[in-house]
Amino acid sequence: MADALLEVRGLSRRFAAVDALKEVNFSVAAGEVHALIGPNGAGKTTFIHHVSGALRPDSGSVHFAGHDVTGLSMHERVRAGMARSYQITNVFSGFCARDNVALAVQGRADAGSSFRFWRPVAAETTLLAEADSWLAQVGLADKADTVAGSLSHGEQRALELAMALATKPRLLLLDEPMAGTGPEESARMVELIENLARHVTILLVEHDMDAVFRLADRISVLVNGRMICTGTPDEVRSDPGVRRAYLGDHL
Amino acid sequence: MAFYRPARWQRPLALGLFIALTALPFVLEAFDQSFYIGFATRLLIFALAASSLNLVLGFGGMVSLGHAAFFGIGAYVAAICQQAGINEALLVFPAAMAVAGLFALAVGAVSLRTRGVYFIMITLAFAQMVYYLFISARAWGGDDGLPLAGRMTLAGFSLAGDNSLFFASLAALTATMLLFGRLAQARFGRTLQAIRENETRMEALGYPVFRYRLVAFALGGAVAGLAGALLANLTGLASPNLLQWMQSGTLLVMVIIGGVGSLWGGVVGAALLLGLEEVLAGLTEHWHIVLGLLLLGVVLFAPRGIATLFGRRDG
Amino acid sequence: MTQLILEQALNGLQFGLMLFLLAAGLTLVFGIMDCINLAHGSLYMVGAYFVAAATQAADSFWIGLAVGVAGAALVGLLLEVSLFRRLYRRDHLSQVLATFALILIANEAVRAIWGPAAIMLNPPEALAGPVEFSLLGDAFFYPAYRLVIIAVGLTVAALLYLLVAKSRVGMWVRAGAANREMTEALGVNVRGLFTAVFVFGAALCALAGGLLGPLLAVQVGMGESVLILAFVVIIIGGIGSIRGALVGSLVVGTVDTLGRALLPTLLRATLPADAAATLGPALASILIYLLMAGILFFKPQGLFPARA
Repeated sequence: MADALLEVRGLSRRFAAVDALKEVNFSVAAGEVHALIGPNGAGKTTFIHHVSGALRPDSGSVHFAGHDVTGLSMHERVRAGMARSYQITNVFSGFCARDNVALAVQGRADAGSSFRFWRPVAAETTLLAEADSWLAQVGLADKADTVAGSLSHGEQRALELAMALATKPRLLLLDEPMAGTGPEESARMVELIENLARHVTILLVEHDMDAVFRLADRISVLVNGRMICTGTPDEVRSDPGVRRAYLGDHL
Repeated sequence: MAFYRPARWQRPLALGLFIALTALPFVLEAFDQSFYIGFATRLLIFALAASSLNLVLGFGGMVSLGHAAFFGIGAYVAAICQQAGINEALLVFPAAMAVAGLFALAVGAVSLRTRGVYFIMITLAFAQMVYYLFISARAWGGDDGLPLAGRMTLAGFSLAGDNSLFFASLAALTATMLLFGRLAQARFGRTLQAIRENETRMEALGYPVFRYRLVAFALGGAVAGLAGALLANLTGLASPNLLQWMQSGTLLVMVIIGGVGSLWGGVVGAALLLGLEEVLAGLTEHWHIVLGLLLLGVVLFAPRGIATLFGRRDG
Repeated sequence: MTQLILEQALNGLQFGLMLFLLAAGLTLVFGIMDCINLAHGSLYMVGAYFVAAATQAADSFWIGLAVGVAGAALVGLLLEVSLFRRLYRRDHLSQVLATFALILIANEAVRAIWGPAAIMLNPPEALAGPVEFSLLGDAFFYPAYRLVIIAVGLTVAALLYLLVAKSRVGMWVRAGAANREMTEALGVNVRGLFTAVFVFGAALCALAGGLLGPLLAVQVGMGESVLILAFVVIIIGGIGSIRGALVGSLVVGTVDTLGRALLPTLLRATLPADAAATLGPALASILIYLLMAGILFFKPQGLFPARA
């Protein structure tokens, strides 16, 4: 694809005797919101792990902004502009929300080195102010001083998002951001993502079909480790293979 | 666990302690107990060594069972320098830190690729390697260790007097605690603590985790080297026993009972363990058993260390 | 020269097999219960002391061996029930502290009861002499006792293999090493299994201690040096794997023994005398650790990791 920000070619991965991913070809165009759906156990999170660098494939390659990043470690890919949020909330539960986001800001290449031994971070007003602004964007401005572990589930999901955003990525990998949230928090999250989609390319893994069909420019369907369909929401909705895979559940 | 932040009363307490320690030699002289200055110096040196391990373990979350290697290397560097005719501490102490730190860098570069029990075991094994290296080196005293002909001079002032060495050790410990205190609250300290809490998350935020751990590991090794050089001056001997894994275990025990992750864990732990030893040895010949039972008690009933028993949780 | 190499090779085999007895128990405790036991060497020491004491009392090595091993197994049982049970769920740091404390207690207790000097443990009269073989026409002598150790070691290895690979209990053990939670969920009496594994490991330690007693000194602190080697073995072999423990022990045993015997001679032939004199023994003793570092560089999980 001409201006694909992310391209995955022939990605395969086996775990013992199981083909977790089989010859997956996939691409995300710059600027779009591309959703990845599929039944439980299809391999969606495994796929995200391979894109982000947490796992290495048996064969195939991952390309980001034209470069082959298959050999890069996770932190190197993050530095290149990829950020992710986790399906199972993965924030620093002992630190307050502001400190969580501050870590994300601090880790950015343009924020300066973290090999600083003398000046307390508490005195870095610019850093902390930026952390506060990210929190405000996801609606957690008034929870900045709350310990992350005491936030509600939906607030933690929002914090996850804030941390991913604070790394100023070009590609945002969202792994089930709506997982376990109630209808109100879900709606807020959808609004958030809609706003974000204006400046960031998003790869969205989700089960919530209403959200998917509202947000996505394109949808890909992963079943048993194989990509069976890619297209616009209407194309996917009417694809017979997809209907079969879901046994008429959601569509 | 939250980020380390010093409690409000910590500064005045530390200052008070510093003043008390500066006065100590003179107080002991007044009560005709000058003998104890040697013990106090030993305590300061072990507090320094344990604090260096606390950086690695408490803040960095790395359970190293080979820290004694850097401690011992520092002692040997001091003895070897003196053997070569260099007797000025301002040259020897940095040399001890450099050698110990470089060795820690090498060990860390290999060991930090592993995790969990493997890391513990491999650090232990490397320390044993150093131990065997030194006891087979006849040029450096072999089994008996390398003695020092006398104490060194520090910027021209002789450390031969017990008080002089005491103050030199106090200065080293104070400088280190000041540095560590700032480091803990600075970017590096936060990064270390965050890595300890959730390593994958830090990777996912773009941090080269391995690099930060390695720097912390090497810094801890370098400070342990300084403690070793001071100890060699105190005891007059660079002994291979300093390199044994029981010594690593002792340092680890100090940090654990002092309070892992508390800035003062190493200091409190060293004071407790050495103090206990002193008291118990006077009571019974078999004080090791009592010590062992006490340690078991700590593990079973005060898992986060003594410092927490009294409600002193830093941050 | 061939005689020397053969003799040292057999020594290496014997040492390796005894290391295996220690490493097998250690790797199982590590692998299944995820528990660091620094005091494993203390069980070895206690075993050696019990065997020595029992042999003196019964005036028979074999009875002494049986009684001593049983006694050490009993100590293991008491320790498991009173202390180790509480340590399984704790973090590694707590385990290090607790077992370190045990070493202090064990060493001091042994010193209090038997004194600081080494105590006597003699091999059985019948095995005190050498056995004669015919090697390429020449006569080759090797101590009978060491041959018996090799035989016992091989038998135990074979029995362990049968137990772990072919029996139901062995299957549980392997399952537990691979995935503890799952094994519990499948209804295996995990608590009993843990106790059995621990006690069995203690018995193996004691057996090694008792058998090696006549060759090495039975004294306070004898466990520590051998413990490190056992750790190196299981790192090389892979935590939780009996096969790994066997391969690792044989490798460590032979490399260490042959290295110490042959390396100084080798260096003397190639380097100037005084360089060889310092380098020889030093290199020989660190050879094992270099080997370990080398293996870990390519396979950080060891040669036969039990967990994927």
